[in-house]
Amino acid sequence: MLSRTADNLFWIARYMERAETAARLLEVGSRISLIPSVHGYRSEWDSLLQATGTAEGFARKYGEAVQRNIESYLFFDHDNPSSVAACIVRARENGRIVRTALTTQVWDALNTAFQELRQLERMPRSELDLSRLTEWTMRHAAMVRGAIDATLLRNDGFNFLNLGYYLERGDSTARLMDVKYYVLLPRVDFVGSGLDNYQWATLLRAMSAHRAFHWAYGGEVTAGKIADFLILNPQCPRSLITCVAGMNNHLGRLAKAYRRTTEAQDRAAALQAALESVTVDQIFDEGLHEFLSRFIREAADLGRTIHECYLSGDVR
Amino acid sequence: MTTYFNEMFENGAVRAPYRRLEDWTRAMPAELRQMKQAEAEALFRRIGITFAVYGEGGDPDRLIPFDMFPRVFSNAEWTRLERGIKQRARALNAFLADVYGRGEIVRAGRIPSRLVYQNEAYEKAVTGFLPPKGVYSHIVGIDLVRTGPDEFFVLEDNCRTPSGVSYMLENREIMMRMFPDLFRENRILPVDGYSGRLRHTLASVAPAKCDHDPTVVILTPGHFNSAYYEHSFLADLMGVELVEGQDLFVEGEFVFMRTTEGPKRVDVIYRRIDDAFIDPLCFRPDSMLGVPGLMDVYRSGGVSICSAPGAGVADDKAVYTYVPEMVRFYLGEEPILQNVPTWQCGKSDDLKYVLDHLAELVVKEVHGSGGYGMLVGPKSTAEQVEAFRARIVADPGNYIAQPTLALSTTPTFVNEGIAPRHVDLRPYCLVGETIELVPGGLTRVALTEGSLVVNSSQGGGVKDTWVLAE
Repeated sequence: MLSRTADNLFWIARYMERAETAARLLEVGSRISLIPSVHGYRSEWDSLLQATGTAEGFARKYGEAVQRNIESYLFFDHDNPSSVAACIVRARENGRIVRTALTTQVWDALNTAFQELRQLERMPRSELDLSRLTEWTMRHAAMVRGAIDATLLRNDGFNFLNLGYYLERGDSTARLMDVKYYVLLPRVDFVGSGLDNYQWATLLRAMSAHRAFHWAYGGEVTAGKIADFLILNPQCPRSLITCVAGMNNHLGRLAKAYRRTTEAQDRAAALQAALESVTVDQIFDEGLHEFLSRFIREAADLGRTIHECYLSGDVR
Repeated sequence: MTTYFNEMFENGAVRAPYRRLEDWTRAMPAELRQMKQAEAEALFRRIGITFAVYGEGGDPDRLIPFDMFPRVFSNAEWTRLERGIKQRARALNAFLADVYGRGEIVRAGRIPSRLVYQNEAYEKAVTGFLPPKGVYSHIVGIDLVRTGPDEFFVLEDNCRTPSGVSYMLENREIMMRMFPDLFRENRILPVDGYSGRLRHTLASVAPAKCDHDPTVVILTPGHFNSAYYEHSFLADLMGVELVEGQDLFVEGEFVFMRTTEGPKRVDVIYRRIDDAFIDPLCFRPDSMLGVPGLMDVYRSGGVSICSAPGAGVADDKAVYTYVPEMVRFYLGEEPILQNVPTWQCGKSDDLKYVLDHLAELVVKEVHGSGGYGMLVGPKSTAEQVEAFRARIVADPGNYIAQPTLALSTTPTFVNEGIAPRHVDLRPYCLVGETIELVPGGLTRVALTEGSLVVNSSQGGGVKDTWVLAE
């Protein structure tokens, strides 16, 4: 297929997943802010912006990190390239460009999200509470994803869409976990406290994974179990290892269809091997933040390699 | 007071092709009609058929208004139109092959040399080159208006890249979905063979150097273009890639597209960009839309370009006057379709007449399109007429004038119920190995009461166009 088409498909998936991440972040932030704040404790909302890498843009535009502004910034603001609105508009625009590579159902799902977004944007903000916005986002992300899974031809375009999804999702899980780091950074003595556990549980909730977690692990919520679940457990649909395995699967299918392997397959395989051989203790020894930062960096490198090997148009 | 031919009612009686529609409209109360209209709009919006108007800003996802009241031709009416359209498409292509070759028609003095060789659209770069099958214009859109039961006039020819065919196809889809009973009761010839015929036409003009099943692509200026929906729609229906200039490159004697598996050779390009933008090395050096080196490949028979660069010389409004002459000259036949009488302001006698009768005439720019830069005398204020007069005097060669035609009307749904509105017709004739016309076309309707301007950029709408089987 055209490299430009493949690139557009890849980014449709990334934008949709990114929109979902923004919504989940809002959810984490609002839940964390519901518990009593501790003196000397850095703003929960600020930590959220730090984790998404949007703190600077926010500060320039709004200044202080108050909830309402953050909601605007993460959901509605088209100046924030990672906002739900910006991502949905771009996903739909990319969809329009590659209309021929999508089924009617996928286009319909993208276009409906876009049309409804326009209605939301026209409504008074007082009528839109946060949970409604996050649920709305997740519902539409699921509809697009469902339409892709149910109706799209299993060809190379399908593989590029899935690569976009898994790459973005892995990045997102790592960033959401990293929110914890920013929240707790100033006071290491919080670790293991009731407050700490509450925050971990909130994180699970934001990933729609708290029930799954209890099924899988039972008993008390501990940092170790959660890190295991979100990083190393292949049963968790958002864990880093699930995402990396997904990329390997779709890169493998591309290699088979095109009858050649590229550097992208090698990189993805190395990333998976590393995750399969590491333990939770080793991760905490390295430092969770350091480990997650390294993962985010390596995933970004893999993304660049996929671009060079398939999407740039310079493939020979 | 001009009287207009109403295609449904004549002397108080319903004309035959519309007979069954009378019951249909009677059986449709206002509430049902509004519901159906809303349903149609929702369908168009969901499918994504929208229309961006050049330079207007505003809502980029505006819909072209769709009128549910169909426009109907009897089979006999259509048969005659079809013969006339095919005849004209053949003559236009013969003319193009001639003026880029020996120029017999000019030598014979049947058309002034200035109009051809000094025409902005004449491409010296392709002189002496004959495209595959001798075809220059592969999709000929001929705009027709009707003034009486048997009076059809050609308003203009579109030999480059006529747009709107996606509306012909989608209007039918939506009508069939909303009113299946109508299609059971009336025997309406289908139009959905168009995309298959288009693909066949394009493949049939593959270049000589192509020794395999030809790879066809559609070249679009990009998703900001107002017709982008149509480009992607046609690519989808034909199952061919929709490419932008950046997706193509020239290497050696061929054109390739950039794919995820490496370069893939392209044999036929159905381009939806203007000549000037095709190749920055040959035409406009500042063009970002085209493909450097494409014209060299084209001239050496490595790729076909549809329509052929230079095809525009056959469809400007000054050359238009000579199309009946082309029919006689190349085909030895009498033209089946009439031209609208046209005054060329470049001729001093004509100019004098035009300036004396400006308030009665329609004046257009020779190279204008889309209903821009035109004057409809009877519908304009004295000030507008005078302002236009100054423009004509400043550059007479740039204008032609025609009498204000009494365009036919068809019943149209309006706020108050059903009312007659003026319409035109654009059928799409395909020219390749064979010459084909699907039974239908795009009917455009001027939705404003009394308006004669049907262009969608000027508030016009569209209708489904039926050709009955018997």
